[in-house]
Formats: sequence, structure tokens, C-alpha cells
Amino acid sequence: MDAVDGNAIGGLLIDVFGTEMTAANSTCGTCGTGRPVAELVVYRRAPGTVVRCRTCGSVLMVFVKVHGVTCVDLDGLASLSQLVARGDS
Amino acid sequence: METTAVRRRLTWQAAAVTSIARETASVVTIELEPPDWPGHLAGQHLDVRLTAEDGYTAERSYSIASAPNEQLAITVERLENGEVSPYLTEELRAGDQLELRGPIGGYFVWEPTDDSPLMLIAGGSGVVPLRSMLRHRLRAGSDVPARLLYSSRTLPDVIYRGELDQYGDGVRVICTLTRSQPPGWTGYSGRVNTAMLAETVWPASQHPLAFVCGPTTFVEAVAENLIGLGYPSERIKTERFGGT
Repeated sequence: MDAVDGNAIGGLLIDVFGTEMTAANSTCGTCGTGRPVAELVVYRRAPGTVVRCRTCGSVLMVFVKVHGVTCVDLDGLASLSQLVARGDS
Repeated sequence: METTAVRRRLTWQAAAVTSIARETASVVTIELEPPDWPGHLAGQHLDVRLTAEDGYTAERSYSIASAPNEQLAITVERLENGEVSPYLTEELRAGDQLELRGPIGGYFVWEPTDDSPLMLIAGGSGVVPLRSMLRHRLRAGSDVPARLLYSSRTLPDVIYRGELDQYGDGVRVICTLTRSQPPGWTGYSGRVNTAMLAETVWPASQHPLAFVCGPTTFVEAVAENLIGLGYPSERIKTERFGGT
């Protein structure tokens, strides 16, 4: 299956985090590279979504939906930081 | 308005399909009227969900084709063996309801407050969110100079062909046809490559902002070439939609 990018999981990320996250900055826990979530490599194959580092290929995030519940694994991330978006206060 | 200042969680809603227009043999533009739409930014997308009689659901994301403050529209390309696009392009009719949620995305968006020269690069239906940006630029009265480099297989595959011909002042549309060219074709031929980009994109010295959207391999190749031409990576915004 072809890889897409973090833009494609904007809706899923709102489900999980409650806010827009594609412009958030991520740092890979393996190689330390930082980039916007939108630029990460995303594989979508139901029932799971795997997000990988574009530099070293490490798994950064895994989302699996089972019986309507989304299980989230963020173990591969060193950090995930969201700037305060316009209109949020 | 108070309601737009408060961020809401994404909720599914049934939107009325108000019109369907054919763009090419495999592409349609669907105008939608959701009951509760907070407005969108140019470049955002929405999710569509189809539910079968047995309860099976399929969700797909589609870029928004309309400018903010226009009637909401998406443009959809039929993918062979697709689960959702054949229904949207062949079966859906004006007057039907379509379940959607959005708008979604905060990265691949352009706002007229950015005064950098705008470099838009599209492969195939990757032109859809870039068309929203061009319409927004026009409606907002922005005088930011813009260029669109747009790669299609053949002339009949060019989406929004009539509209793209009409962008005048400040917008230059450059097309390349990869598979076949009609007699007398004066645009580019073949895939977007380093030489074509070097001839057509804003020089990096003008501090342009680039948006690249299309199939994954197309976007990767273009982004790499733009970096080679001196574009800083943070000035190249990309959106990849998978296979061709």
C-alpha cells in the first residue's frame, strides 16, 4: 500500500487529541529529527494507521481502532508540540 | 461570531448535494450544503463516509475545491477499484445526502496575509486544493504573484481547464502533458523534472512559498528538486495522496 503523509490523518488526530495537529511539530525518538506531523510518512491499512519518521523510518505513532475505541501508541516520539492556533485561547 | 471562535470536535453530518458538474471523463465537482459548516481555509480537506446497508463503512478524505466563503465543493477523481470514488463520481445525484465532517488540516493551507510569491505545483487531482487557493487569492483581492505548474496525462485530463485559462493578472498557469500532446501544443511535455522546475518556478531569492500536491512519488521528486533549487524545506508545503 502506498504511503501518504500526515495531512491524511488530520481527522483521526482531531479524534484523538481534540484539536488540529497536522501543523504540530514532532521529534523522532530515534534520530532526533523534527518536522511537522503533516510531513511524516503515513501508512493506512485498516484497522491500523502507522506513522513513520521520514528521515530514519522509525515507527513514531500507531493508531488502532477496535470496537469504536482508538488505541494510541506514541512511544516512538521524543516530543509532540502544538503551537497555540489562531482562535484558540 | 461566537460559534466560530469556539473549536468544536469533528462531528459527522449529512450534507445536501446541490449540484454535480463533470470536469473530465473521470472527475466531478460536487457542491455541498452541510447544515453546520464553520467555514474553511484554502487547502483544507474534509472526510466523507459511506455506509452500506449491512453497516460496513468506508471513509476517504477529499480536498476542498472551493474558496472560503463560496459554496462548499469537493472535486473527486474516480479510482479504479476504489470503494468510495466510483459511487461519488457515477452514482451520486443532486438532491442526495452525503455524510461528511470537516474542515480538516492546518498545515497545507494558504492565507492571503502571506505576501510571498506563491508557487503551486500539482500532479493530476493534486490541483484541487491549489484551485481553492487561486480562487481565494482572486476573491480576497490579493496581489501576491502566483504560478501554477500543473502536470496531467493528456489535455482532456486537465481539471478546471476553462477556469485555469481565465486567470489573468498576477497568475501564470504552466501545464505539462506527460502521456500525449495535441497538435500545436505549446506547453511542456513529459514529467516535471529538474530542468522544467528551474525554468518555471520562482527563484528562491524571491522567498516564495511552495505548495506541492499530487501522487506520493510526484510530490517527493518535486520537493527534492525544489530543495536543490535553494528552497528552504520549511517553505515547501507538501500533500501526498498515495498512488496515481
